[in-house]
Amino acid sequence: MNGVAADQETLLRVADLKVHFQQKKPHPLAAAPVVHAVDGVSFEVRRGTTFGLVGESGSGKTTTALAVIRLVHITAGQVKLGEIDIGALEGSELRRQRRHMQIIFQDPYSSLNPRVRAGAIVREPLEQLGMGDRAGRDERVAELFRHVGLRPEQQALFPHQFSGGQRQRIGVARALATNPELIVCDEPVSALDVAIQAQILNLLRGLQEEFGLTYLFISHDLGVVQYMCDEIAVMYLGQIVEQADRISLFTEALHPYTWALLSAVPSADPEVRDKRDRIRLVGDPPSPIDPPPGCRFASRCPFAQAQCTSETPALRQIRDGHTVACHLVSDDGVTPMRRSAG
Amino acid sequence: MTTEPTPVLEVRALETCFFTDAGTVGAVDGLTFSIRKGDTLALVGESGCGKSVTALSILRLVPDPPGRIAGGEIVFEGRDLLRLSSREMRRIRGNAISMVFQDPMTSLNPVFTIGDQISEAIQTHESVPRRTAWRRSVELLELVRMPDPHRRVHDYPHRLSGGMRQRVMMAMAVACGPKILIADEPTTALDVTIQAQVLTLLDRLKREFGMTVLLITHDLGVVAEWANRVVVMYAGRKVEDAPVDEMLTNPKHPYTRGLIACVPHLQAVPSAERPPLTEVPGVVPSIVELGRGGCPFAPRCAQAMARCREQMPPPTAVVEGHQAACWLLEEATEA
Ligand SMILES: Nc1ncnc2c1ncn2[C@@H]1O[C@H](COP(=O)(O)OP(=O)(O)OP(=O)(O)O)[C@@H](O)[C@H]1O
Ligand SMILES: Nc1ncnc2c1ncn2[C@@H]1O[C@H](COP(=O)(O)OP(=O)(O)OP(=O)(O)O)[C@@H](O)[C@H]1O
Ligand code: SF4
Ligand SMILES: [Mg+2]
Ligand SMILES: [Mg+2]
Repeated sequence: MNGVAADQETLLRVADLKVHFQQKKPHPLAAAPVVHAVDGVSFEVRRGTTFGLVGESGSGKTTTALAVIRLVHITAGQVKLGEIDIGALEGSELRRQRRHMQIIFQDPYSSLNPRVRAGAIVREPLEQLGMGDRAGRDERVAELFRHVGLRPEQQALFPHQFSGGQRQRIGVARALATNPELIVCDEPVSALDVAIQAQILNLLRGLQEEFGLTYLFISHDLGVVQYMCDEIAVMYLGQIVEQADRISLFTEALHPYTWALLSAVPSADPEVRDKRDRIRLVGDPPSPIDPPPGCRFASRCPFAQAQCTSETPALRQIRDGHTVACHLVSDDGVTPMRRSAG
Repeated sequence: MTTEPTPVLEVRALETCFFTDAGTVGAVDGLTFSIRKGDTLALVGESGCGKSVTALSILRLVPDPPGRIAGGEIVFEGRDLLRLSSREMRRIRGNAISMVFQDPMTSLNPVFTIGDQISEAIQTHESVPRRTAWRRSVELLELVRMPDPHRRVHDYPHRLSGGMRQRVMMAMAVACGPKILIADEPTTALDVTIQAQVLTLLDRLKREFGMTVLLITHDLGVVAEWANRVVVMYAGRKVEDAPVDEMLTNPKHPYTRGLIACVPHLQAVPSAERPPLTEVPGVVPSIVELGRGGCPFAPRCAQAMARCREQMPPPTAVVEGHQAACWLLEEATEA
């Protein structure tokens, strides 16, 4: 292989991903409505980094992540993990490749089977994928418990005998078991108290450093996202509207939706409060069943013009690594917010 | 001398227990605080520290059994609510003091239209004809800026988005012009943009009705922007009580400091360096296992001294209007 170095570092490539869900017909003669949950999403994630997905509830973050690890079907587009074409995998081959991609769920309460001991929960993926022999698995599970800050003898306990934070540690150990390259973290700390949240975030960052893990990280808490993620994509109604590295996104947001999102975050920091221009969004996002033509944000955008409701804005690169899909952002990065501020 | 405005509500030495198989849980354990007229007082603390039970105690809605208010006073307009008859209490609830819950879906009845439910809330406290109540429902929906109120009034709750449901809850809560509105995590289930809408609405209603608000939240950002006083609770007790800016800039209790430090706060300009977050080790004790006597935070406190494990620290004044219950304050003044 003679790809460029930067290219070799890319672990995950998602190109024009679409995930559509057929809903039940409202009546026998009607056409089945189609939910455009993910509708043409492209991004790349470098190995050993954390890629964040943010956006309103229902914008398609979870569905994107689940499609990437093939826990939902891919309607169209391509997902490549290293050299593996995830979308083309089937049957036993898909099962075999699962070891490379794991997930940590939001809810440490419902994502662990209450009748299975903690040790067996962590061991399960090893057994399913036939990794190692019995003694090897024993050793691996004990090692995983130590990695996530649990004591190996706690393997014998059931989930309800752990606190919420400890349960999430079990979830992390289970995700690590097969030595995956990519771990999807879907709201991994949303159900936890702030004190426990700090423990889990520190754990995830420590493990990333130690094992070179790559995370696809979803959170609605922008403080958490800013702390955890190297690269961030902002989603709105099934599409990416802006993407940038962590510094640029928070200091030079270009899309009106990103601005609205950032300005809505209540902050304990007076500097954040002073710097921010409030954009208050009115109303709710439109339905993903019949996404409106043009810019999907137009119905709530305070700057929308005629062009916005007729033409779909393409994702354009404004600066190195900083892309946006908005008609009103000029090629040199002047935003409608700046223009209206005069 | 500053003349302190009189409190609208005073909670004194409140004790609320739950009698469970595992033992007696002192969910609220000698809690004292007061809310002045026009304040938005935030009650913060980790899950299980007794915030919701405090709110339910004020309204005397603690489920009995297994719960019971075991002691204390809740003084509202010169009367101890804990001494009122059930009938008198029903007149206060939803009328002078009303409440909005975290999850509107559990407090809205799925089989009635929202118009029915708001009308019902009005008619519980006022003898007005149905038509009047219905017309006022539409007005209330307009007041909470519900889009298309004339149509929405006929909708069932499941047809509404989370933000719209919370608006309906607010419409019901202010239907009778309450003096105090208790909002228990009113925006926790909502997106930030919708949260901002709902909190803006809450603030506007507060001004228009001259209400006093008790806001329960675990989000310090929400506290900083929407409240003017904070009570920090830990294990059923008040550990710190201060004006918001004072609490954020000069927190005294180690638990409050931990709460502020462990959160990755959104920065206007993200720092390139990302040091590990400060951790508060351990978890909130379930109150059954607490020995009385010592500071409840001592097992998790990095600064705990021998005395902390033996004696309960009393509330100590830091500056006027700022109290914390921590032996470190005493050490500081003695030294
Ligand atoms: N299995 C499914 N069948 C039908 N529709 C679905 C399915 N899964 C998700 N959707 C729809 O797809 C859209 C995107 O959902 P998704 O869960 O990906 O959003 P999200 O961004 O993760 O939201 P949240 O922040 O609430 O978790 C939503 O409209 C959702 O209702
Ligand atoms: N119905 C009940 N039966 C038994 N114990 C209860 C009951 N309701 C509350 N408790 C206990 O009382 C304590 C305080 O609970 P409370 O709901 O007030 O916490 P909270 O501060 O509101 O937490 P959260 O942030 O999770 O809402 C907890 O230990 C809880 O387990
Ligand atoms: S009283 Fe002691 S244990 Fe309690 S918070 Fe203060 S220093 Fe820590
Ligand atoms: Mg999701
Ligand atoms: Mg609660």
